Amino acid sequence: DPGQGGPASSRSLWSPWRLLPCEPWPLPQEPLTLPSPPAEQIRVKPDKTGVVTDGVKHSMNPFCEIAVEEAVRLKEKKLVKEVIAVSCGPVQCQETIRTALAMGADRGIHVEVPAAEADRVGPLQVARVLAKLAEREKVDLVLLGKQAIDDDCNQTGQMTAGLLDWPQGTFASQVTLEGAKLKVEREIDGGLETLRLKLPAVVTTDLRLNEPRYATLPNIMKAKKKKIEVIKASDLGVDLSSKLTVVSVEDPPQRTAGVKVETTEDLVAKLKEVGRI
Amino acid sequence: MSRCGLFLRRAAAAGRACRALVAFTASRRPLRTSPQSRAFAKELCLGKIEKNGVFPFPEVSQDELNEINQLVKPVEKFFIEEVDPQKIDREGKIPDDTLEKLKSLGLFGMQIPEEYGGLGLSNTMYARLGETISLDGSITVTLTGHQAIGLKGIILVGTEEQKAKYLPKLASGEHIAAFCLTEPGSGSDAASIQTRATLSEDKKHYILNGCKVWITNGGLASIFTVFARTEVADSDGSVKDKITAFIVERDFGGITNGKPEDKLGLRGSNTCEVHFENTKVPIQNVLGEVGGGFKLAMNILNSGRFSMGSIVAGMIKKLIELTAEYACTRKQFNRKLSEFGLIQEKFALMAQKAYVMESMAYLTAGMLDQPGVPDCSIEAAMVKVFSSEGAWQCVSEALQILGGLGYMTDYPYERMLRDARILLIFEGTNEILRLFIALTGLRHAGRILTGKMNELKWGNVGVAMGIIGQKLRDALCQTVNMGLTGKLGLVHPSLEDSATKLEQNVYYFGRTVESLLHRFGKSIVDEQLVLKRVANILINMYGMTAVLSRASRSIRTGLRDHDQEILLANMFCVEAYFQNLFSLSQLEKNAPENLDKQTKKIAQQILEKRAYICAHPLDRMS
Repeated sequence: DPGQGGPASSRSLWSPWRLLPCEPWPLPQEPLTLPSPPAEQIRVKPDKTGVVTDGVKHSMNPFCEIAVEEAVRLKEKKLVKEVIAVSCGPVQCQETIRTALAMGADRGIHVEVPAAEADRVGPLQVARVLAKLAEREKVDLVLLGKQAIDDDCNQTGQMTAGLLDWPQGTFASQVTLEGAKLKVEREIDGGLETLRLKLPAVVTTDLRLNEPRYATLPNIMKAKKKKIEVIKASDLGVDLSSKLTVVSVEDPPQRTAGVKVETTEDLVAKLKEVGRI
Repeated sequence: MSRCGLFLRRAAAAGRACRALVAFTASRRPLRTSPQSRAFAKELCLGKIEKNGVFPFPEVSQDELNEINQLVKPVEKFFIEEVDPQKIDREGKIPDDTLEKLKSLGLFGMQIPEEYGGLGLSNTMYARLGETISLDGSITVTLTGHQAIGLKGIILVGTEEQKAKYLPKLASGEHIAAFCLTEPGSGSDAASIQTRATLSEDKKHYILNGCKVWITNGGLASIFTVFARTEVADSDGSVKDKITAFIVERDFGGITNGKPEDKLGLRGSNTCEVHFENTKVPIQNVLGEVGGGFKLAMNILNSGRFSMGSIVAGMIKKLIELTAEYACTRKQFNRKLSEFGLIQEKFALMAQKAYVMESMAYLTAGMLDQPGVPDCSIEAAMVKVFSSEGAWQCVSEALQILGGLGYMTDYPYERMLRDARILLIFEGTNEILRLFIALTGLRHAGRILTGKMNELKWGNVGVAMGIIGQKLRDALCQTVNMGLTGKLGLVHPSLEDSATKLEQNVYYFGRTVESLLHRFGKSIVDEQLVLKRVANILINMYGMTAVLSRASRSIRTGLRDHDQEILLANMFCVEAYFQNLFSLSQLEKNAPENLDKQTKKIAQQILEKRAYICAHPLDRMS
């Protein structure tokens, strides 16, 4: 049991914790997040079951990058013993795990899902996987990005905490270790909220938590020697079936032209005309 | 910027060997410890396609490919998010923190072996990363000036002590390197340099004196690879003046820089004069053999040259994206620009150039990555000539698509045009490289043909039959088949027509080379206009081979969009085929298409008066 008390001088700063930052499977690059000229255009599949992902460049979810960065920083401060990077999805996930390894994670676990089934794996399924892994690896802290930028669900972290019955600190903008507790500062609509969580806990990261480092090329070469364990969800006894089906995915309606009016009376009249009031 | 590699002296040496059409036996054969690979371009001059090196198109393993893609990601991200080429150009400087980040990313030691702290990348991987760093020209040239030439000598011929001493800090970027060859009086004619290194009295140092000009990173570097004349005692006791290479540290003293040159393009890259005044260089810092500096300089320049192909291809691919965005939104005459034929033609040109460049670059990189020490100097030179001219043409056409906007400094096109212009000049001017390509190929052909002539003289029946057979074939106009097409053909059937065109070109070229050597003999060295055409044909043929090899592989492995590859490959091959036919007809004896005599006469008259000499159109006889 970490941080058992005793006089400050004999207590080591270095507690034997493991850390498990996770990222969902890699996502198509969102054109809006990149300031540079034409990135991929998002297109809806003709059968309306989803978005075209073939041939689209995938990369680590930006919020998950922040989670990995936070984990590596905790390790550099010697507050954590080991950082395990986990990803759940098709074979391309391994590239993302390798990036995490290059940023400083110690080893990786790839929970492989065949590409055909990957579309149906949602937050609940991933949360089940992460919960089982957290127990198997006996981790003390699970770090995730607050949401994935392809579906914006914002559910995985919370569900994982629920399944594990662990405390959670979501939208974290600052994470500090205080003995056996984790102080988490959260960004909420009203401002900032500070929580103290008993470990083990789940934390999801928000934008202002840190600025992720670049995986330098020498570190990428070194990361080649780090291990990635590949397993299936069934190995963990997890059922990936979903009770949700996607009915249809459509482009948002094209913006239509607006109408200018002179007076407030005109405005009210126009709104009545279109049936808005 | 000491990038001018090729020299007429080397061309003259090649010519001298070429003259040996009659007496071949006296020349020395250099000892080789590894089997000499039959370089592709040289065999083309004999009318043969050396298929082994170029088919199938070089591949990397899936693991290597994953690794390359991993390496590219952070570099790409960095360049897109944190590099501002416009600011670098405007301020004439790469920001310090950008330079620091480039160092920490590991980009200063890409080809330095891992045991010395570098990334130890293969030529193919290096070429791939080149595509990514091309987003900013000044950064590209700072990095290549440092590692492709500045420190390459240490990797190629450095002793263990030299490597252990210098490479680690060069890999991390703590020290930056520069290549010092060019002098005010010696650019293309690099063998004529005057910087001198004299052995000291105690024989422990060389004293270096001289002035180098246009040195990339000259102001930033702390390690210089300097080429200077030294007195070398020959085995027969005579003393000769030969060039030696030295590793010179700024700390050795006596080294001063001029101010940074004000350039047309690559304004963020540091280029300046470097002066050596009584600089003491310990004898341990001789790089390679004393007297072997010239050859080393050529090897260094040859080894990095091929990467220009991938660097430029990366730039053009980005250019296509940028420009297409405009062409597909801008409307004139109530139609989008992208609907007009003249605009579409420009996009097809850019795509074609990029495709050929990439194919040639990666084919050459693949050849260089073969075990042994393959000599791909001609192939690398061909890649450089093609890419530099392609870059200039494509950026100009892209600027044209933007019209007036392309001319404005708010848009990147004018900067890219300015940055691209130097490509035809440094690392060996395209004129010199064309002479090199042609003469090296002709020398090889000359040697083999002389060998055959000798065999014939000595009564070798096999050779005689071969020659007679060839003459008969020509007389009967039989079709040429070199194994590219047909059931066992190396080229995919959908490219069959282009492959046949290549085979025809190669055959016709081989015959033309023979007749040129007969006609000119040793004086071919001075026939620059003839050599230019020979080089252009060779470059075209290498391009055709590269695209046919690459497209065949793409189709056979089922890569996506390979139907566009077929279109691009076939289109290039048809154009190149007809260009070659015209060049070949100009090379025939007394060809009416050949206007070389007139060209020379006109030039002579102008240069005599150093002005345009015709009377004004309005002049009258008074």
